[in-house]
Amino acid sequence: MKTAVIVFPGSNRDRDMFHALELISGTRPESVWHTEATLPDVDLVVVPGGFSYGDYLRSGAIAARSPILKDLVAKANSGVSVLGVCNGFQILTEAGLLPGALMRNAGLTFVCREVMMETVNTATRFSKKFEKGQVWRCPVAHHDGNYFADAETLKQVEDNGQVVFRYANGTNPNGSINDIAGVMNAKGNVLGMMPHPENLVEPLHGGLDGRTLFESVLDAA
Amino acid sequence: MKARVIVTLKNGVLDPQGKAIEGALGGLGFGDVGSVRQGKVFDVELTGSDEAAAKAELEQMCEKLLANTVIENYAIEIA
Repeated sequence: MKTAVIVFPGSNRDRDMFHALELISGTRPESVWHTEATLPDVDLVVVPGGFSYGDYLRSGAIAARSPILKDLVAKANSGVSVLGVCNGFQILTEAGLLPGALMRNAGLTFVCREVMMETVNTATRFSKKFEKGQVWRCPVAHHDGNYFADAETLKQVEDNGQVVFRYANGTNPNGSINDIAGVMNAKGNVLGMMPHPENLVEPLHGGLDGRTLFESVLDAA
Repeated sequence: MKARVIVTLKNGVLDPQGKAIEGALGGLGFGDVGSVRQGKVFDVELTGSDEAAAKAELEQMCEKLLANTVIENYAIEIA
């Protein structure tokens, strides 16, 4: 499985993502600077977390207009897997690759803690190795993670099974509508999520709960 | 030519920052504040002189970058 990580000015979880991808795929990911015109030929492109462009204008807004996004959209449309975590999720919604938007946390504060996630759809390339309804730990660290979609979009997203992960056990940290923590596009090849599975993949992280997501999406079968 | 773009949250979109400001105004003794919604203002200076063309271009700027039309509306004023 070949992977690539897009790096923007202000990305800061790119190395964590690199580490997780290399650890679990056994192959070194390619790093792609945002001004490049094309992505390498890979199976999975990850848009990592951070504060691209200092969150100017809206979180992810400027990065979503970077040169590399044109090819990312083309690759996504051709079926390549795309994962956006945290700021990556914000960038993918701003780029129109995912429905909805991420707004300021309902509690207004930056939230850096662990939440519980429930995998509500296991029939996806990103979640096929989870048990349905499996509840797992995952760290979050964000200020703008309050997922919002208008009523019509929300109905579509729910009816199509595009919600993959929800905050569980009352741990919704940001006011996201319907406790949505991770959502896919209609085609099922683009996933965005606020929590950081890459930060819980080895014993030194304090747990391995995040591995299942990578084992799912990095499994070619 | 000078233009002003005003971006506001759509009705029905929760605005936690507006709510916090509303609460703070109440705390300062402004008792008759019904509600506050926070928005953004962009002052854009354009080099052209054709007002209709400028307006069309500003609309594109709003659609492509200045506003996120999933959650925001925009209004354009040309001075």
